[in-house]
Amino acid sequence: MTNEDDDSVDTGAIEYVTFAVDGARFGLPVLRVNDVFRPLVLTRVPLAPPAVAGILNLRGRIVTMIDMDARLGRAPRDVAKMAVTVEVHGESYALMVDKVFDVVALPQAEMQPVPANLDARLARLSSGIFWRDDGLLVILDIERVLDIAQEDIAA
Amino acid sequence: MPCRKPASMDELLREFITETSESLDTVDNQLVTFEREPNNAAILAGIFRLVHTIKGTCGFIGLPRLEALTHAAETLMGRFRDGAEATSEAVTLILTTIDRIKTILDALETTHHEPPGDDAELIASLQAMARDARVALDKASPDAAPAVAPQPEVKSEEKADAGIATRAEAKTEDAKPSESKLAAQSIRVDVDTLEHLMTMVSELVLTRNQLIDLLRRQKDSDFTAPLQRLSSVTAELQDGIMKTRMQPIGHAWQKLPRIIRDLAAELGKDISLDMQGADTELDRQVLELIKDPLTHMIRNSADHGLETPAERAAAGKPEQGTIRLSAYHEGGYVIVTIADDGRGLNTAAIKAKALAAKLTTEAELAKLSEAQIHRFIYAAGFSTASKVTSVSGRGVGMDVVRSHIDRVGGTVDVKSVEGEGSCFTIRIPLTLAIISALIVESGGQRFALPRLAVVEILRAHDSADCRVDRIGETAVLRLRGHLLPLVHLDRLLQTETSDEGHHVVVMQVGSRRFGLMVDGALDVQEIVAKPLATRLRHINLLAGSTILGDGSVIMIVDPNGVARSLGVEALAELQPAEDAVEIAADKTSLLVFRAGGREPKAVPLSLVTRIEEIDVARVEISDGRRMIQYRGALMPLIEIGGARLRDGGRQPVLVVTDDGRTMGLVVDEIVDIAEETMAIDLSSRTEGVIGSAVIRGQATEVVDVGHFLPIALDGAFGLRPASATSPAVLLVDDSAFFRDMLAPVLRAAGYRVTSAAGAPEAFELLRAGQRYEAVLADTEMPGIDGFAFARALRADAGLRGMPLIALSATLSPAEIERVREAGFQDQVAKFDRIGLIAALRGQTTAFSRAA
Repeated sequence: MTNEDDDSVDTGAIEYVTFAVDGARFGLPVLRVNDVFRPLVLTRVPLAPPAVAGILNLRGRIVTMIDMDARLGRAPRDVAKMAVTVEVHGESYALMVDKVFDVVALPQAEMQPVPANLDARLARLSSGIFWRDDGLLVILDIERVLDIAQEDIAA
Repeated sequence: MPCRKPASMDELLREFITETSESLDTVDNQLVTFEREPNNAAILAGIFRLVHTIKGTCGFIGLPRLEALTHAAETLMGRFRDGAEATSEAVTLILTTIDRIKTILDALETTHHEPPGDDAELIASLQAMARDARVALDKASPDAAPAVAPQPEVKSEEKADAGIATRAEAKTEDAKPSESKLAAQSIRVDVDTLEHLMTMVSELVLTRNQLIDLLRRQKDSDFTAPLQRLSSVTAELQDGIMKTRMQPIGHAWQKLPRIIRDLAAELGKDISLDMQGADTELDRQVLELIKDPLTHMIRNSADHGLETPAERAAAGKPEQGTIRLSAYHEGGYVIVTIADDGRGLNTAAIKAKALAAKLTTEAELAKLSEAQIHRFIYAAGFSTASKVTSVSGRGVGMDVVRSHIDRVGGTVDVKSVEGEGSCFTIRIPLTLAIISALIVESGGQRFALPRLAVVEILRAHDSADCRVDRIGETAVLRLRGHLLPLVHLDRLLQTETSDEGHHVVVMQVGSRRFGLMVDGALDVQEIVAKPLATRLRHINLLAGSTILGDGSVIMIVDPNGVARSLGVEALAELQPAEDAVEIAADKTSLLVFRAGGREPKAVPLSLVTRIEEIDVARVEISDGRRMIQYRGALMPLIEIGGARLRDGGRQPVLVVTDDGRTMGLVVDEIVDIAEETMAIDLSSRTEGVIGSAVIRGQATEVVDVGHFLPIALDGAFGLRPASATSPAVLLVDDSAFFRDMLAPVLRAAGYRVTSAAGAPEAFELLRAGQRYEAVLADTEMPGIDGFAFARALRADAGLRGMPLIALSATLSPAEIERVREAGFQDQVAKFDRIGLIAALRGQTTAFSRAA
């Protein structure tokens, strides 16, 4: 497993798992993603920050589920969810998203810094963006996504 | 002659290194003790045997350098055994030799060869010292020698000075039978093997639970019997494996005496290290994780905590500083305390440092209590030592210690009094692996409560012994004559609330009991506790999560967190939870009621045994007093604060018990329970009233329960009123409130009471020749506090034997330790009147017997 987002291959392209949250498209480097699955039973964690949807058992591992709607400051929507798991410092987290799309390989050269006019909530969680034919793809910085405590203070 | 095949040689060498390293640690320790007690024959024999064994083994596997060194050391040790004086230089020389042996061993471990080097100088010193010792011995009378019984076997060996190798071999072969017997009883197992077994057992437990869960849904299955067998075998297996992982905490302490000895020499301090509870066992995984923080804290105490002998002498303390390390079990935890009688934390320096490091602001600091300020020492990179010594203060400080302890789910706290010393208390769980848990349901969710904290489970229905009551806003549980605080788990966790609450789980944390209201108690399971993600660890009420047999995940409730939340609920909005605990300790639970008017009145809740509602029609008049049949006896009723017994119907009564005698205080209405700091105003005094306290912003009269005791009990219960012949006690407390409250209680128990408002006044009375059977002293007093008072009393030849009882606001382990250390014989909580009388009786009878 890598400890950096930078997983560049010879072609200078990185593969991203792409997914949607409330209409917006996001990407995570594929090497950071462990699983994609449909969450069924979720145990709520009392007194947890709103961004924590709960925890669940994924093949004997406890996974902490992050509600991306809450993390992006959007209203909760009643749609069937998918989950993308990542491992950070030996702990398993999952991002609860609407839909998971293909893995796309994107040349690093085309990655652009986060535009100044991007929604502040979104910009804070992002390490860069890609402009693609089908629209904007926001690359998530997983460490910042998981930095819930800071978000609570900021909120 | 043993065969020396290279392959078996390697194994032999490895075995030798492991064994020798362990032996050396023991020798280190024993030598330090030996230096203090040079006449302790048992210790000397132990050290000698160890050095001797190392030497013997060296010869056996051909390590000439080591052998020559240990031989020289052994010869010197032999002189000590013969009765020569173990001088400090000699012990230092042997320690140096042991260090050299360690260096050689380290090299041996990596290269499998003895490193080149010259020990001639060291050996010469050892030999010279041994010669000197021999000369000194010869001069001394021959009677001096048999102080230690010589072992003939070794004696004969010393006669032959040549042919070391031959002799060592012979020795080893001699020792063979006993060694192999030992080997048959214990084997070395790789730690990884144990870890793997543990993981496997954890998984087995989970699988067993799943099977049990599956089977529960089927009736009359063929699997029932075998599964039961599997289940019990699993339980035994788990138990057995857990045991293999338990190690005495002393393993982590082994190096400490040596460290302290070296530190003392380096820092020019005189330090005594007192270790208690070394045999307290805990999981080796936990032990490994706390080893370094413990050592670091001991170094800190020696370096920063203790003063130099000159400074100590100037402060009126003994020149030798003491570090006291102790460990004991308490409710699934191991409590380790590290106390020193040094200078204590420098609050001013911590403030300055916290400001300089921009951790806080002046305005915030002003609001913090001393204990809260002390917590800054755990902040990252925080060190108040102005100069960096080689010992500690290298920038890695208490923050690292704390993160280590956090990692094992433990806590660390410090209590410190400037000029008197500091006491660090570490709480660590016994094991991190499997815990037994009670599964409960609350707010539609299941939760696990660690079994260790569960005392009993009750159905929440009314019975004579157990009843759930509301007193104003606060729920309480009346259980067999005790009032316990009661919390609803769903409200605490802010889950969906249901007003069902069918079960009360009575829990105990430390000495604190409380009731936890849940919707249902399901079953007891062995669970594998998994920590919550880092991002969720700030939730104090949760200890982790676990996967149940059916695959679902549930939260483990942290009983410590619940207990902490109890004292602070009313303050939650004002203070961060952790800090509020400190404040709660200064507060008193008061029972607020109305009697004879609209204005509320109050009594400390701890004085009230029960709250009852009596049927007024059942009140009898006996001997001119109003009484009621209560639990098979007549209980006198006293109207307090202007309350009047009604003409009919029911009326609340506060039942107060004193040393088996019970009385009922008749009031008009129970209002509430409040946690408040008592602000006692003594200016407006009426009979039976101690003063007033501000409760929820309203001035409230505090009723003096003690005042009513003699009134109620006089005559009817054969009270022994204090007379000139009654035993006399001296009560030392700066607070007029407590003096006034306790004096009547003591008088009612048959003591003559003299009060003193502080230590100077008490000394005056004591030195004036007044004879007291015992002295009761508050620990917290301005100026000379109770601890200093106790020490001064113990230092006074005429008063040394005086029984001394401490009155404390809290009874934490650290406090108990401090109290004992100061020289008190006993300790009671300030409001515990029954405990007070019992302690007093214990001390006064002990005293009269001794006198």
